[in-house]
Formats: sequence, C-alpha cells, structure tokens
Amino acid sequence: MSAASAVLARDLALALRSGGGAGLGVAFFLIVQLLVPLGVGPEPDRLATVAGGSLWTGALLACLLSLDRLFQADAEDGTLDQLLLSPLPLEAVVAVKALAHWLTTGLPLVVVAPLLALTLNLPAPAYPWLVASLAAGTPALSLIGAVGAALTVGIRRGGLLLSILVLPLYIPTLIFGARTVADATRGADPAGAFLSLAGLTLFVVALVPFAAARALRLALR
Amino acid sequence: MGLIVSDLSCVRGGRRVLAGVGFALVAGETLILRGPNGAGKSTLLRALAGLLPASGTIALDGRPLDADGLAEAVTYVGHLDAVKPQLTVRENLRFWAGLAGGTVEAAVAGFDLAALADQPARLCSAGQKRRLALARLLVAPRRVWLLDEPTVSLDAAAGGRFLAAVRDHATCGGLAVIATHVALDLDRCRTLDLAPRRAADPSAEPDDPFLAGSWA
Repeated sequence: MSAASAVLARDLALALRSGGGAGLGVAFFLIVQLLVPLGVGPEPDRLATVAGGSLWTGALLACLLSLDRLFQADAEDGTLDQLLLSPLPLEAVVAVKALAHWLTTGLPLVVVAPLLALTLNLPAPAYPWLVASLAAGTPALSLIGAVGAALTVGIRRGGLLLSILVLPLYIPTLIFGARTVADATRGADPAGAFLSLAGLTLFVVALVPFAAARALRLALR
Repeated sequence: MGLIVSDLSCVRGGRRVLAGVGFALVAGETLILRGPNGAGKSTLLRALAGLLPASGTIALDGRPLDADGLAEAVTYVGHLDAVKPQLTVRENLRFWAGLAGGTVEAAVAGFDLAALADQPARLCSAGQKRRLALARLLVAPRRVWLLDEPTVSLDAAAGGRFLAAVRDHATCGGLAVIATHVALDLDRCRTLDLAPRRAADPSAEPDDPFLAGSWA
C-alpha cells in the first residue's frame, strides 16, 4: 500500500466513523435548503429563480463546516509530525487530504442536490447543469479550504477565522457555479459559465497543494 | 560512519533554546539526553527530525541530512502518541506501515500488542497507547531513532520490551537519541547534558519567518 493511499484510506475511515463529521455537511445542506421555501415563500416561480443560488450558497457553507479539523486534528495528536517525516511530500499529503474531504463532504452534496432542487422547483433543463456545476466546483471548495485550514492549524478555535479567510476566496467559484445554473434556468447557454468554473477549479488544483503545504510548514515553526 | 551533529542552534520565541550543540555517534551507539525541564531536549530532538528550523549541520554517514534523507533515515516518537482514538490498534499500525512502507507483524510482536490489536485505541490506557506509539519504531526499519521520554507511563514489562528493541536496533548498527529522566540499562551509550538557558537573548535572530524575510 503506497503512502498516499494509506493517508486517503485513513482519512475516509476517520470521517465515516462516529464523530468524523462526514454526514454533518450533507445534513446541514438538507436543512438549509428546506428552510429556503419557508423564507422566500412557496410561490413556485419565485423559488425557481432562487433555486440555483440557494443550492450553491448552501453547498459552500456545508463544505466549510468540517474544514477546521482538516489539519488541526492531526496537529493536536502528533500525526502531522509523522506526515511531515513520511516519504510522501507535504504537497501530496495536502492534496490527498483535500480529496478525502471532497469525497466525504462535496460528493454527497452533488448526489443530494437534484433531490433538493425538486423542492425548490428548479426547471427540468437545469438539472444536469446543477449536478455538473457542483461536481466541477465543489473540489475547488475543499482545496481552497485546505489553505485556510493550514493557515489556522495552530490557532485555538480557528474555525471562525477560517471562515473569514476562506469565504471571500469562494466568491469566484460561487459566481460561476450559480451562474451556470441560472443560465440553464433561464434557457440561456450555460457553457461559458461552466467552462470558467471548471477552469477555475483546475487552477486551484494546480496551485493549492503548494500554498497549503507552505502554510503548514510556517504554522509548525 | 554515524551521526555527526555540529554547532546546532535553535531560536524559539526570541529565546535561544539551543546554542552550539554538537555530538558524534558511531553505528550502534545511543545518545542519552539529560537536563532539567526546559533545557531543550525536546527542541533538540525536533530540530534533528527537521520539524523545527535550526542552524548548524546534521550529517548521517558523511552526508548532510535533507528532507528526503530524513524520511528515509529517521523515526521520531515525541510526547504525542499520534494515535487516532477512532481506529483500532491494528488500523493505527497499518496506517503507519502504509505511510512509511513497512509491515505491522514485527511491531505487534515486539510490543506485545496482539491481545489489543482489534480494540479501538480510545479504550487503551495511557501506557498501552505509549506501547502502540513505540511500536512505530518496528513498523519500518530506520537508521536513526529519535525518542522523547519514551518510557513515560510504561510498566516494567513494557519498559523491558522497549529496552530490548533499542538493544536489537543498536546491535544491527542503528543509532538512537533518547531524551529521558530515568536510567536506561544500555551498552554503548553516551550522555549529553543540556544546560538550561532561560534568559531571553537579545542577540537571538527573530524566529518569525516574516520578520526574518525567509519563506523557505
């Protein structure tokens, strides 16, 4: 078993066991989306216009929930020292941990989003674009969050600071993701917004492991 | 051939914790670090493991130790056990084996963990967790063991198993640096006494990377 798959298997196992928080993000997402009709009113037309935006905003906040423990749990019990001393480069550790976070937090959101879109009266042509935009955009949320988690790893109760650091960085992903769904809802061509979203995610994939690894090294001095 | 450390200095929080520390160990030797609390034993071990920035040179078998070399050459067991309470004892060992490229069987046998293997680590006592943490030494063979107070919470039998593991390691030409307050019955060991340096040292360079202008 290679070092990367060992880290991935362990992070998935920890997330899925009690107290791991894998189900929390998706439960939060469910509740927030079920609150939207109560807040904006039950008129189907009005719900359809806000569906894409509220699904994307909810997904963004749900991703944020379990991020603060991404590196902090390992730093507190000494595992981070072992990860630093492993043959796996720290950049790869960051990438694998962000992947595990996405598999346990982002991917469930992609799966349940169409179900919730039903309660928000999203027009039928927008469904594939909703799923595609969340699938392409949520990996960027986990990765950008990894930078924030690395920066706040040494700070007690760093979760709030993490939100303040990370939420502004989520704005481009939110704009292009919500825009993809909104275009599809209006019957316009969503390809432009979707490709910008996918390009943004690729940029984040290339940049984040290095940024987060550097932030972790600084935090551990 | 061995571990040669010279002029190792480390500044933490504006305080020079280590200044000009040096020692040489040949294959099969163990270095015992002694000194009162706060003398810098843990700092020295973390600096040797590359977990803290330090100036000076660390060479193993004539070659300077860099990040890649460290991963191949060093096992570090610090104050924290690095044990995940949600995983069983065997799952913890298997993770370390996957991470470092080793096997769990020798570790289970060496620290008598077979009876605990399928128990969640959160149910282990402090001494059992310590045994599990020390078992990491046997998961993947490494040339240099860096151990920070390894015998804390261990009972007599576990302490004996630990000493046997260190003796085997030394017999095979391995090196160990051990910070401890108890007497360890080992052959071929040297002792390094670290003097406490408590006063703030104004000549110390800032350890904040932003102030120092170093992002490396």
